[in-house]
Amino acid sequence: MYEKDGEKYFIVDGHLHFWDASPSNWVPGAEQYAKGWIECFHAYQSLGPKETHWPLDKFQKYTEADFERDVFEDGHVDVGIFQSTYLNEWYTDGFNTARKNATLAAKHPGRLITNGRWDPREGEAGLRQLEEDAKRYGLKGAKLYTAEWHQGSRGWTLRQPEARPFLDKCVELGIKNIHVHKGPTIWPLDKDAFDVADVDYAATTYPELNFIVEHVGLPRIEDFCFMATQEPNVYAGCAVVIGGLMHARPRFFAKVMGELLFWVGEDKILFGSDYAIWEPKWQIEGFVDWNYPDDEFSDYPAVTTETKKKILGLNAARLYGIDVPAELRLPAQAGSHSGQKDAPLVGGAA
Amino acid sequence: MGDRAHVLAALDEVYDPELDEPITTLRFVSSCEVSPDGDVDIRLRLPTPLCAPNFSYLMAAGARDAVRRLPGLRHVNVVLEDHYTGEEISTSLHRGSGFAGAFPGETDETELDDLRNLFLRKALVARQARVCASLLGTGACEDAVASLTVGQLPDSPDARRCRELRDQLGIGSADDARAFVTPAGEPIAAGDLRRWLRTARLVGMSLEANGGICRSLLQHRYDHVTSQEVSAK
Repeated sequence: MYEKDGEKYFIVDGHLHFWDASPSNWVPGAEQYAKGWIECFHAYQSLGPKETHWPLDKFQKYTEADFERDVFEDGHVDVGIFQSTYLNEWYTDGFNTARKNATLAAKHPGRLITNGRWDPREGEAGLRQLEEDAKRYGLKGAKLYTAEWHQGSRGWTLRQPEARPFLDKCVELGIKNIHVHKGPTIWPLDKDAFDVADVDYAATTYPELNFIVEHVGLPRIEDFCFMATQEPNVYAGCAVVIGGLMHARPRFFAKVMGELLFWVGEDKILFGSDYAIWEPKWQIEGFVDWNYPDDEFSDYPAVTTETKKKILGLNAARLYGIDVPAELRLPAQAGSHSGQKDAPLVGGAA
Repeated sequence: MGDRAHVLAALDEVYDPELDEPITTLRFVSSCEVSPDGDVDIRLRLPTPLCAPNFSYLMAAGARDAVRRLPGLRHVNVVLEDHYTGEEISTSLHRGSGFAGAFPGETDETELDDLRNLFLRKALVARQARVCASLLGTGACEDAVASLTVGQLPDSPDARRCRELRDQLGIGSADDARAFVTPAGEPIAAGDLRRWLRTARLVGMSLEANGGICRSLLQHRYDHVTSQEVSAK
């Protein structure tokens, strides 16, 4: 919980990692990829405030104590969601697998949710693994990495028929929240990787599932926004938006946030720190203090305390069925705005 | 102007298709050498080793083709450095085997052409949005702005780039053509101008935000020596 100016914010960090990218975990022969990957992540960290930068060796592998301090003690996070990312071709024990994440989660009952993952290229074996993982970790969500390399293939899309049995399985197992990585850092080789059309397709086909587009399709935010306005079950995961822009490029951040609020709406944007790329503390505190810098933004939707409460936790709590203490909920709302025409603008003109 | 200056000037005309900015101002050209015999060696670098191979290829091939068009030069060698697919792309450029040749069985040229065209269209929308917003910002009314022709636009880098993009998209950039058009060349009606701008502005914001991130990452990657410092321990 974070409290500022008498307002209390329930914080759900929708995008956490507990990875091991140290050299001892690099797959022999794939060292350049494992090394390049984590150094690329490290470069992203440089977009945050200087005092939050880590040396590369700590960034490659941090401890449970680091995680607990940065996320829970200093970071204000009430409940965190692990977005498990395997990258088994580069990291011997995986980059941050559900197993590793769940081990840490078990030490903090009720405070960490472990999301699983699946890959249609794994076929029957992958389906069985998903069933096992669902049972073992109580999966309510999955993180999909369509850019992951797998036995010579360098990417897949949700349009592939092979993805259908997995989406069916998610419906069957109650894995309601499908987080799809659409953004930096890596792209499937031969597809238009920024294309979010495959999420559009899946979201239409599976209205009973929620699709959270992680990193809002950066750099193709516009395609994501146009798609999200059409699909009631598509959400914006704003990891990287706050971490990568709020400090480094504040005016772009204001524009991106303004556009997301206009097109997607405050009920469908989910905060995620992307820890350990960025620590949650400065992101949460900065976002609570944030507003548009000046008049240039007068035709963007107004940002209220309520807007921030929703984005920082209440929206994700709704998707994941997290129990929010009564004092941290919003007063019963007469009606919430969900983007576009009904959102009051900063300048007052609707 | 010496040979090297000519080569660099040619590279100024090669754009990152995704950001709609020249690869030179983006600092993607790490070195450019011209031998006394007229052999050219160009090294390109990108913000991350994982930057999309398709865009990487488009820029590298664009650089090669732009320099090859210059008279008086011999062999043109373009190398993409520090990239996951750098070797495949550089080899393919050397052999002239195209994007599909760089990744046999994994992709085809059609997909690349579609992508290039898609980004030309996006770039045009984004540039027009900036021109339009600045005109409306000075108090011009929608009717007046919507009726402007290409020749009537105040001169600006955005307006000049709009002409180039229109030519590349085959929708023409004659002085009497309407200035604000869809990527298919259809004029935007005055009554639709604000709504169009709202959408077009989003496209521009997306390109700009991404360009900002790319610049920051490139700076981190090449203006510091983080990895060397750590591995030297």
